[in-house]
Amino acid sequence: MDLTRRATLLTSAALASSVMFPERAFAQETPRRGGVMTVHFATEQRILNPSLQASTGVYIVGGKMQEPLVDLDAAGNPTACLAESWEAAPDGKTITFRLRQGVTWHDGRPFTSADVQFTAMEMWKKILNYGTALQQFLTAVDTPDARTAVFRYERPMPLNLLLRALPDLGYVSPKHVYEGTNIRENPANTAPVGTGPYRFLQYERGQFIIAERNPNYWRNNLPYLDRVVWRVVGDRSAAAAQLEAGQILFSPYSSLAIADLQRLGRDPRFEVTTRGNEGNARTNTLEFNFRNPVLADIRVRRAIAHALDVPFFIENFLGDFAKLGTGPIPSVSRDYYPTEPMPQYAFDRRRANALLDEAGHRRGAGGVRFTLRLNPAPWGEDIALWSTFIQQSLQEVGIRVEIVRLDAAGFLRTVYNDWNFDLATGWHQYRNDPAVSTTVWYRSGQPRGAPWTNQWGWQDAEADRIMDAAQTELDPARRKQLYADFVRRVNTELPLWMPIEQIFVSVFNRRLRNYANNPRWASSSWHDLWLAS
Amino acid sequence: MRVLALAGRRLAASLPTLVLILAGMFLLLQLAPGDTVDALLGQMGGGGDAALAAELRRYYGLDLSVPAQLANYFWRLVRLDLGFSAIYGKPVATVILERLPTTLLLMSAALSFAFFVGLVLGVLAARRVNGWTDTLISTLGLVFYATPSFWFGLMAIVLFSVHLAWLPAGGFEEIGAGYTGLRRVLDIAAHLVLPTLTLGLIFLAIYLRIMRASMLEVLTLDFVRTARAKGLDETRVLTRHVLRNAMLPMVTLIGLQAGTMLGGSVVVESVFSLPGLGRLAYEAVVQRDLNTLLGIVFISALLVIVVNFLVDLVYARLDPRIGAGR
Repeated sequence: MDLTRRATLLTSAALASSVMFPERAFAQETPRRGGVMTVHFATEQRILNPSLQASTGVYIVGGKMQEPLVDLDAAGNPTACLAESWEAAPDGKTITFRLRQGVTWHDGRPFTSADVQFTAMEMWKKILNYGTALQQFLTAVDTPDARTAVFRYERPMPLNLLLRALPDLGYVSPKHVYEGTNIRENPANTAPVGTGPYRFLQYERGQFIIAERNPNYWRNNLPYLDRVVWRVVGDRSAAAAQLEAGQILFSPYSSLAIADLQRLGRDPRFEVTTRGNEGNARTNTLEFNFRNPVLADIRVRRAIAHALDVPFFIENFLGDFAKLGTGPIPSVSRDYYPTEPMPQYAFDRRRANALLDEAGHRRGAGGVRFTLRLNPAPWGEDIALWSTFIQQSLQEVGIRVEIVRLDAAGFLRTVYNDWNFDLATGWHQYRNDPAVSTTVWYRSGQPRGAPWTNQWGWQDAEADRIMDAAQTELDPARRKQLYADFVRRVNTELPLWMPIEQIFVSVFNRRLRNYANNPRWASSSWHDLWLAS
Repeated sequence: MRVLALAGRRLAASLPTLVLILAGMFLLLQLAPGDTVDALLGQMGGGGDAALAAELRRYYGLDLSVPAQLANYFWRLVRLDLGFSAIYGKPVATVILERLPTTLLLMSAALSFAFFVGLVLGVLAARRVNGWTDTLISTLGLVFYATPSFWFGLMAIVLFSVHLAWLPAGGFEEIGAGYTGLRRVLDIAAHLVLPTLTLGLIFLAIYLRIMRASMLEVLTLDFVRTARAKGLDETRVLTRHVLRNAMLPMVTLIGLQAGTMLGGSVVVESVFSLPGLGRLAYEAVVQRDLNTLLGIVFISALLVIVVNFLVDLVYARLDPRIGAGR
């Protein structure tokens, strides 16, 4: 009797959870073989090879055909992919990877340590964006045998840093295809040859890319799908219509209009979620040009931060897809998000006004203290809304803002090369470890013209010291402490401010199964993805 | 023969125009901040190496002075070389040739739709001028003309693709279906119905208005009265006498609009995800791919010149006075 009741309770609990989490109900289903996955491809890239270009637009395609040494598991921890295991020497200067055996390239040649050596030395170290900085002190990759690759570094390389960077920056390319050619012009750049679950078939520019099931994939009996088709759809409204018409089953990386995302989220045929993008966090920035003496004054920068009612903006414009930011390291970063509270700039208009008065900027005609130009990056709808919000908020404290809208090339050139701006706003992408793509926003000595780096004219010996120490610190706990010190320092000095935290939004057709099951799912290989009939 | 000579002179006169257009375009793009390497860095999303960027600029010839770049371009053009596309990594001529058929197909379909339907509706409206048919047709024309094409396209997709599921929502043909022969022709036709209507309806309004006005004008001329006096029935008067003369402004308009259509299709191509020249040009601007953009301008200008040449020939056919001289 007792037992029966418990069983009933359990069943009803299971029912309740299956209503709340519909995807769980499918856990028992037998995967169906066959079917075509169709993907929204918003921005065509010049190349598709992720060993040469680290960007979401490349991973969404190339990440299905080529594979990295290390991947992330469901919990976000490094897990084996082309490398089965790894170990670091105590001095941190040697890291040894044991490679998977019996893996073949799509053209039938075996995958060996020579491929890893070639890719690391010729692509990651020389061409791959972020890779060139990560592998700056890589001196050689030794290949004692076909399944061992030994990375030798001039300075200690924290194993944690390398393992968290490699899922994005560790894609391997075939040496026999690239050796002795002009790597940048190699035809395989737009027709990738990899070890992944899907094999490149056809690319019609401006229309579509097709990949088919790799019958010799090393994960036996996978993948389930026959084909993956990427449809090039540049217009966001048209893409939403194609999702509704069933021509597209998945739209990655917040590629639709915010209004469409909210509308599709209420439609039972789709799931609109940030799930599966935890490894792709970004923050909205507010960048200050220190060459403008007004902004070089810390009181003015703090006043501007205090003048923005960020929770109001998020609630009214971005909805559930964003949360209040607290600095350069987003809260999804379990390894490095500071545990102790850091200096923050809550909305306080009176304080903002007081700071500006204190800095000697009295209100003049029409209540205007001074005028600033704001350059918004053209990447997303949220940035356009945010820049207008900044303009209106600063007007309240007597700062007139002129918005200067430019397209991608124009924005990058004007802000990061010509330094012809007062305020700029865009996205900072966090890539699982602050040393990959975050500290460059703060470290002094960045070459002029390098986008998304410290081009503010700000230099701080203390911040530089902390970042450099963390870069080569091998002890994970001490490293975490150093990054907390780093956040405290830059939140205090405020060379730029990161007040909003966002995770990319995906739209999935609910016919998909095994989706969003790792923190970089859109970029990952989709080897276990299948399609219900 | 006189006509050919006349048209040939026009053709020769358009050469300097072509050179001016290309040079102007080149200089105009120099005013836009940023170059193709900046656009590439933008795609990468950061982490780009400064030395690498400098090397790429050298590779694309962007380190030269502007006059030197322009001179280089024209020197290549003289040898009929459109250069290399930075985005596509292929010769510009190949890239454009891949896209040209879609644009030409869409353009000629939309233009013929607008021309013939506009002609018929215009004649109908003129025949019953100020009657209810006329009011209905004219109002509809105005509505089509006033509606932005992207909205029209999106609404057509929402209705016919999303709700009714009659027609595909976008693309040029069924991807990976491997259709051949008639099956493929039908498939492409199904994909082009909505874009053709979207693009054509706006132009339809113009043709309709012009045809109606022109018909009304010709109907008052003396020779129409003569024809009627001969005892010809009304249909015969309209088709043999009025229509032919009322067509001249329509033909002029086609020549003018062939160019507009190429530009106008950027919006329609984007909404319907068609791989045409309009989207290519847009992408070339955004990515600062100078060679591709100039290539498209060159080809478009050539197309417009060819269409105008043909229009000159048609003029002579419609109105023998033009060919015969004074």
